[in-house]
Amino acid sequence: MADLSRSKRWSFNRIAIHATLLVACAVYLVPLIVMLLTSFKTPDDVRTGNLLTLPVDWTLIGWIKAWSTVHEYFWNSFMITVPAVIISTFIGALNGYALSKWSFKGSNVLFSMLLFGCFIPFQVILLPMSFTLGKLGLANTTTGLVLVHVIYGLAFTTLFFRNYYVGIPDALIKAARLDGAGFFTIFWKILLPLSTPIVMVSLIWQFTQVWNDFLFGVVFASGSAQPITVALNNLVNTSTGAKEYNVDMAAAMIAALPTLLVYIFAGKYFVRGLTSGVVKG
Amino acid sequence: MSLSEVQIMRTGTSTSVRKPDRLQKWLPKLVLAPTAVAMIVCLYGYMLWTAVISLTTSRFMPVYNFAGFAQFERLLANDRWIVACKNLAIFGGMFILLCLIIGVFFAILLDQRIRREGFIRTIYLYPMALSMIVTGTAWKWLLNPGLGLDKLLRDWGWEGFRFDWLVDTDRVIYCLLIAAIWQASGFVMAMFLAGLRGVDSAIIRAAQIDGASLPTIYLRIVLPSLRPVFFSAVMILSHIAIKSFDLVMAMTAGGPGYSSDLPAVFMYQHTFTRGQMGLGAASSVLMLGAVLAILVPYLYSELRSKRHG
Amino acid sequence: MKTLNRLALAVSLSCLSQLPLTAQAGEVEVLHWWTSGGEARAVDTLKQMMQKQGDTWKDFAVAGGAGEAAMTVLKTRAVSGNPPSAAQLKGPDIQEWAGMGFLTDLNGIADAGKWDSIMPKRIAETMKHDGDYVAVPAGVHRINWLWINPEAFQKAGAKVPTTLDEFFEAADKLKAAGIVPIAHGGQNWQDTTIFESLVMAMMGPEDYHKAFVETDEDTLRSDKMVEVFKTFKRIRNYIDPDAAGRDWNLATAMVINGKAGMQIMGDWAKAEFTAANKTPGKDYLCVVMPGTQGDFIYNIDSLAMFKLKNEANKKAQQDLARTVIDKPFQEVFNLNKGSIPVRNDIDMAKFDDCAKQSMKDFQAANDSGKAEPSLAHSMANTSYIQGAVFDVITNFFNDANADPKKATEQLVASIKAAQ
Repeated sequence: MADLSRSKRWSFNRIAIHATLLVACAVYLVPLIVMLLTSFKTPDDVRTGNLLTLPVDWTLIGWIKAWSTVHEYFWNSFMITVPAVIISTFIGALNGYALSKWSFKGSNVLFSMLLFGCFIPFQVILLPMSFTLGKLGLANTTTGLVLVHVIYGLAFTTLFFRNYYVGIPDALIKAARLDGAGFFTIFWKILLPLSTPIVMVSLIWQFTQVWNDFLFGVVFASGSAQPITVALNNLVNTSTGAKEYNVDMAAAMIAALPTLLVYIFAGKYFVRGLTSGVVKG
Repeated sequence: MSLSEVQIMRTGTSTSVRKPDRLQKWLPKLVLAPTAVAMIVCLYGYMLWTAVISLTTSRFMPVYNFAGFAQFERLLANDRWIVACKNLAIFGGMFILLCLIIGVFFAILLDQRIRREGFIRTIYLYPMALSMIVTGTAWKWLLNPGLGLDKLLRDWGWEGFRFDWLVDTDRVIYCLLIAAIWQASGFVMAMFLAGLRGVDSAIIRAAQIDGASLPTIYLRIVLPSLRPVFFSAVMILSHIAIKSFDLVMAMTAGGPGYSSDLPAVFMYQHTFTRGQMGLGAASSVLMLGAVLAILVPYLYSELRSKRHG
Repeated sequence: MKTLNRLALAVSLSCLSQLPLTAQAGEVEVLHWWTSGGEARAVDTLKQMMQKQGDTWKDFAVAGGAGEAAMTVLKTRAVSGNPPSAAQLKGPDIQEWAGMGFLTDLNGIADAGKWDSIMPKRIAETMKHDGDYVAVPAGVHRINWLWINPEAFQKAGAKVPTTLDEFFEAADKLKAAGIVPIAHGGQNWQDTTIFESLVMAMMGPEDYHKAFVETDEDTLRSDKMVEVFKTFKRIRNYIDPDAAGRDWNLATAMVINGKAGMQIMGDWAKAEFTAANKTPGKDYLCVVMPGTQGDFIYNIDSLAMFKLKNEANKKAQQDLARTVIDKPFQEVFNLNKGSIPVRNDIDMAKFDDCAKQSMKDFQAANDSGKAEPSLAHSMANTSYIQGAVFDVITNFFNDANADPKKATEQLVASIKAAQ
């Protein structure tokens, strides 16, 4: 339904639409521009200049210093994010499949309970969770942290896959079953190959969530395996001492780089995946 | 056709249930079991634990000295909590509403065969990729009267311009709102854009032939058909609104005074930094109760109507 | 080259250390929020000192909200049964943790190092629980400082104040000259920093103690306290309207670049001036908050030691306690932080004039009983009393119509509700 105004090429309306969209783009970009400009300034420049003035002399000091402080944590974040994202997406896919195509008495209740679980503020679970992890011998290990991310990511990944699979005709499954295909065969051979768009959505969503997480990282990671958001926080939130905003902003850009790249390069899959999945509820 | 009907059909056709079939029947439950266990322990078990703590005198660390509903009484008498709840009502309500409006609006505009659509879409989406720990700082500057937009516009010659919401106890909550909308509206836009792409263009052409105007078509035909998108968007937005924490901590830390406090911040501070664990637990119990009261009817009606539809 | 170095280090260590080297190296994990430039340098020195003794240093820095985030982490670590070796804890918090049996006693090292005699009794008492040392102090900050930009004062024709009246006179002159008189950031701890300085100035150390440490109701609702609130409100007229939410260092920057005339802030503010290449006495002045000459509101940085299971780590923990109190670390740490060493017997030659005066005043105040713990910095009372006071004070300060008399009643009620 994209071509409603095709006939009126570059009419007043179309110019107005483009103009509105571009102005909105500018508004959305302002914080990013402020951060980028600041990251290239010297500390003195930050102190004296205004937010949107160009740096007096462009410098990479901020970036170099930021990189030297946070680069170790950058790798840590990958070690946490990659397994957490893959595992939670995989389990979410299986859950969604079981809930939509093999629903049983109580499966809807289970699903609703899981959905409601997303609304629990994560600050609530910090103490009991650390107690549980302590008992499991996983306190302050990367494994423990990954486990936490997987558990609290499941609600959303399950939601994505369930809604996507609901849209796939039951007839397909029925036919396969008559041919003697079992639970896992159907999943591997029929559903998974059809799932690329929603897998992308789940991966992107989870990647953003886990990568940007601070609360779980700071509480459940061990000191030397902390994710980059903790390093970033340590840099930004120093309580007593000189503040270097150029370094802060550069570090923020470094920390945001992977997620930004994901959105820039995989953004279209995201929208495509949303089209075929989530929004069909 | 629901699955139970399929099962009836199948048992009807085969005279005896073979062994692999029984396994097949249990497999889905087996697959869901780990999730169910994790959910029951790590969501509902912990909620229960929190509820227990809210009935105790816990301060610095959990202790099991029961005190009835004393913590709840103290909570309801606490002015700061009342402020936080009012703020959440304003913030949450307006956040969801405005994100939906902005999201729908830009999705419709973007759906009009726009050049460089991918580029524009990415710009609307990117805030979602950033963590609030730092974008909060950037917003704090932008909205600060002495540093940001206010100063900028006056520097550019607009002398009378005054934008001091960040330091105004009555308006500071709207500053949080601006940053939150900036972050989430692009995502809502993407969801609706996706929804619009799924609408059958034949219906719209037919309506156009009938002489309906474009706004009418969108309002009367297209948007109502996007009901599931609204559902998903509201779920995700309310999830973000209730949990808004980083945003407040980075931008205002609840100030000026405690005028921009939100329940999540209240709960965190009382539980962890103020040594009032019982009070913090009581506040989270009330929060969860409120979520339950609002969400469950909505969830129920949506899932129900889907079953009928 | 590297192996050679390592070999040399190993040889020198085995010669120097009196204890036999154990095969298994101990590890110390230290939870702290010393992450800003100078602080990080100080921690790095500590790390090197520990490594020289053959211990492994596991850094565990969690910044944010004056240790708020770190406290959350510490609680979850303790609940999971896996506490760090040491954590940056403050006065009453040390007592809370020790009371729950989490802290280990350091009496052995303290006796050997004669802690009782090398540090003022007041500091020693803060570090003890039931007579046992459970924490080791790193440095002392002074809160009641007034930072002045002399150029701005000259421009406005104001003179450096020594009494509160002169303080307001100077503020008036600055205001008339178009300079923001008082640089301030509207965050609850900053509001309370000013408030407690005023309490000290107008009510004196005895009433300060009664109000904030004993939370004595009569003192809290006394007429004097009403006067303090009135003066506190008066200060509002001298800060710019954009102060809400501003970080303290941005306020300091206003003093540095002459936009503002003065700031009431603890001595960590010095780090900002130093970072901007300013010299004390010339580019900026540190004077004691008017009316509090001779009084000393303190904030002690300390590391509390947790009970550990692993023997090698226990040994490393003891090394840590010994190193922190040793002169070399005390000097490096406090030079970087702007604070003063906790030891009486340290040579202050390397310190600047502000620190020298702070040291002199602290020793004098200790003898005369005029040193009091800061409430704004979690030294005077528990976190829940502190939180209750924060709420009342910050709300009063932000509400132009608030009534001073009512505020004192709210203070009493709020403290009572938190208890």
